[in-house]
Amino acid sequence: MTTETLVKVSLTVNGAPREMEVPARRLLSDALRHDLRLTGTHVGCEHGVCGACTVLVDGQPTRSCLVFAVSLEGSEITTVEGCCKPGGAMGPVQQAFQDCHALQCGFCTPGFITTITAYLEENENPSKEEAREAISGNLCRCTGYQNIVAAVQRAAEIKRGDDA
Amino acid sequence: MTTKLFGQSIKRSEDPRLVTGNGRYLDDLGHDAYEVAFVRSPHAHARIVDIDVTDALDIDGLVAIYTHDDLESRMGEPLPLLIPHPTLTHGRTQYALAMDEVNYVGEAIAMIVATSRYVAEDIADRVNVTYEFLPAVVGVEVARAAEHLVHDDVPGNVAAVMVQENGDADAAVDAAPHQLELELKIERSAAMPMEGKGVHAVWDDDDKSLLVHTSTQTSTSVRQAVAAKLELPVDRVEVVTPDVGGGFGVKIVHPWPEEVLVPWAAVRLNHAVKWTEDRREHFISSAHERGQLHNVRVGYDDEGRMLGLSVRFWHDHGAYTPYGLIVPIITSTQLLGPYKPGAYKVELNSMYTNTVIVTPYRGAGRPQGCFVMERTIDAIAADLGLDRTVVRERNFIQPEEMPYDHGLIFQDGRQLMYDSGDFPASLDKLKKLVGWDDFEAYREEARAEGRKVGIGIGCYVEGTGVGPYEGGHIRVETDGTVVVSTGLTSQGQGHQTMLAQLVGDELGVPFDRIKVTTGDTRRFKYAVGTFASRTAVMSGSAVALTARKVREKALEIAGHALEASPEDLEIVDGHIQVKGAPTTQIDLGAVAVLSNPLRYAFDEASARATQFAAPADPDKPPVAPGQSPGLEGTDYYSPPRSTFANGMHAVIVETDPLTADIKILRYCVVHDCGTIINPMIVEGQIHGGVAQGVGGALYERMEYDETGQLLNASYMDFLMPYASEVPEIEIDHLETPSPLNPLGVKGAGEAGVIPGSAAIASAIEDAEGFPIHSMPISPSELFHLRLRHQEGH
Repeated sequence: MTTETLVKVSLTVNGAPREMEVPARRLLSDALRHDLRLTGTHVGCEHGVCGACTVLVDGQPTRSCLVFAVSLEGSEITTVEGCCKPGGAMGPVQQAFQDCHALQCGFCTPGFITTITAYLEENENPSKEEAREAISGNLCRCTGYQNIVAAVQRAAEIKRGDDA
Repeated sequence: MTTKLFGQSIKRSEDPRLVTGNGRYLDDLGHDAYEVAFVRSPHAHARIVDIDVTDALDIDGLVAIYTHDDLESRMGEPLPLLIPHPTLTHGRTQYALAMDEVNYVGEAIAMIVATSRYVAEDIADRVNVTYEFLPAVVGVEVARAAEHLVHDDVPGNVAAVMVQENGDADAAVDAAPHQLELELKIERSAAMPMEGKGVHAVWDDDDKSLLVHTSTQTSTSVRQAVAAKLELPVDRVEVVTPDVGGGFGVKIVHPWPEEVLVPWAAVRLNHAVKWTEDRREHFISSAHERGQLHNVRVGYDDEGRMLGLSVRFWHDHGAYTPYGLIVPIITSTQLLGPYKPGAYKVELNSMYTNTVIVTPYRGAGRPQGCFVMERTIDAIAADLGLDRTVVRERNFIQPEEMPYDHGLIFQDGRQLMYDSGDFPASLDKLKKLVGWDDFEAYREEARAEGRKVGIGIGCYVEGTGVGPYEGGHIRVETDGTVVVSTGLTSQGQGHQTMLAQLVGDELGVPFDRIKVTTGDTRRFKYAVGTFASRTAVMSGSAVALTARKVREKALEIAGHALEASPEDLEIVDGHIQVKGAPTTQIDLGAVAVLSNPLRYAFDEASARATQFAAPADPDKPPVAPGQSPGLEGTDYYSPPRSTFANGMHAVIVETDPLTADIKILRYCVVHDCGTIINPMIVEGQIHGGVAQGVGGALYERMEYDETGQLLNASYMDFLMPYASEVPEIEIDHLETPSPLNPLGVKGAGEAGVIPGSAAIASAIEDAEGFPIHSMPISPSELFHLRLRHQEGH
């Protein structure tokens, strides 16, 4: 058997242009983690159920374990690393997670942070019920979600303050 | 005065790293390592006739294929039986790679090493194994019938029978005014951390040393196991636990086959090797728990007081018993909860089946025990027409009876002796929190609206902080930073934060100057591990004792420097000062410099400790007798026995009259884990535990078919709760300090999960008016139960 054919793909990741040569079957999650070494994106189930691998593709939450990197030529990707403030300090959603004890082991957290980041663009002042609904596509085995719900509202509060 | 940290909801120091994508989990390491995939048995019970790798050999990227034939000497022997017990007469463990027989779907047969995981899986697909099929034994009932055997040399599929008795329970039951007999069942679930297992190993062939990273709950013990299996001197092996994406018990088992195979391959290939478990592998080759059948006989008086309790149960142990009898021993002892059972007898039967091994999952046998006891109490209440809380009160151990000796042996080999707790006070708090006495009015309101609601309760006692010991090491750096290490590991419980709070208080140092490391054998070699809600009790106590030692040493040295008596000194915000004269002070970093008399300076600070820098008593040795250089110390904590936390949950459910959908309306918790170091972290632990309890009660089960195929081995089909399934949790605390440790703490990690099935079953039963004897329960099962009861069965 011959070596796998490599395909060139250009992406914008967290605002920076990145080029890779990867096999066509390389998942976006693996390309981000192992080719670009952005290991903040985690893989929990490999079939799009748990949401730990969620990144934003052109602003939309996307399960990076379900798409091939080569299918996203020209896309803008935001990972959890890209949810920081310039310079690397915690961004609003990240800060809210610490404030509300919304994480324990932290493995599912990147997927929640990207999902909530996108959600707050649509709804800047979610109610408790809306906050719970917004995170109901992601699995967490540690927290029981209560503090993540609180973090959604806290993040909105921080963000509104930042934007003001 | 330094602000007291104990008891404060200090934000976690772990979080900035973890929320920004800067955590380091196992698969974040070793990007250039060879990667491993396994050929695993697709059959539950078979003999391996042949393994043919011919088709796999021409794949580009193949490095090696290993089978049992390649495993020399100790690597080829069965994995260790970690916790032997005299009654475990037929203990069996698996080989790292199956030798000639497989006993569950998922058992590893061949190890593929390749340049990437993708390629390794391609190769695994091309390995052809020929099997001779054997009948599969699936489920406790089939194992008990013993028409077929899991292991040829284990008669009746019985690994162990163990009996404990305090008084003549059967006679007491028979002689009691009232008797009841119940059959109670709990199905299998599993820990299911979001991150599976994983191992990364690097062998330095020049140094002849091995560095292993593994997603474990015990790095010190993995180190011993790897050294033993690979026949390396233990000092040439170090094991580091990176960030771990949840454990919940499954990662306390060790060495997993992969934990010895990956290091072994790294040595053999002289190349870094990594294996990251995928989700299906985790379902079919890690561990499960919970599956048990119970027969209960109870005798009681007219008031509902138990006079005798006799329990037999059958524990589905899976194919092997590497973790011994810990889970069923815990069920057999912790079943008693906060109650005096009268005379008590329990017989546990550990049964082999052709399924994944069973080892502790958060709660570890207690959810089953709690379910059995609480269903029994509810049945007594129903039989006598008494309020369920009244029957509980009448059977409670009273606070003045502490310490209370049950006359049994617990999982740590020590007496089952409760050290503390005030059960009547806890129940009182819970009744107020949930509004127990007002519920009938609410039920009537709901009924008027055509709704069915029910209230349930579950009480438990949890032995936490089991021994034998943990230790701590603290060193003050010359810049005043305090570095703390303990050997046990962390999987998200906030140990860095909690331990820093303790050290900060004991040493008078600000929180942000304290750096804590866990689970790194390069830093601390003696430890047991993280399980049984033991870290705050064990490492917390050890680290606090260590800090006291270091404080004493610091005051001694500072006393010389400040020409003051150590008793007249205090440490405030990292400075040692004379009480009442705070301008006379020296900072801890400077004391650290002085603690280590030097000949050679390497910077400005260290110059102060060289021989010509300061006047010294010419007649005394630079290091005083009995002292050692460096401002550091080590100490250990080893308790005589476990400390016992407790709690009570109350649940209100609504069951849909048409669809039998079950909705939790309220979930209330009263929790007593002794003194609380960080309330925010403790509540987080309870939230997470309750969510797993809800999952275990209403959603999660391992669906094996009769041939031993796990039908729902994915997150798509194994229903872990999302945010939409977990209710808002209301918590009240009671703090009865443990007299057994210097902090008064009791464990909190597992508590939340324990009474979930008991309390929810109680509430459903209350809503429906017929008994619930098996959990989990789905809407469809409830629907069919309704039909059966309507038909009078």
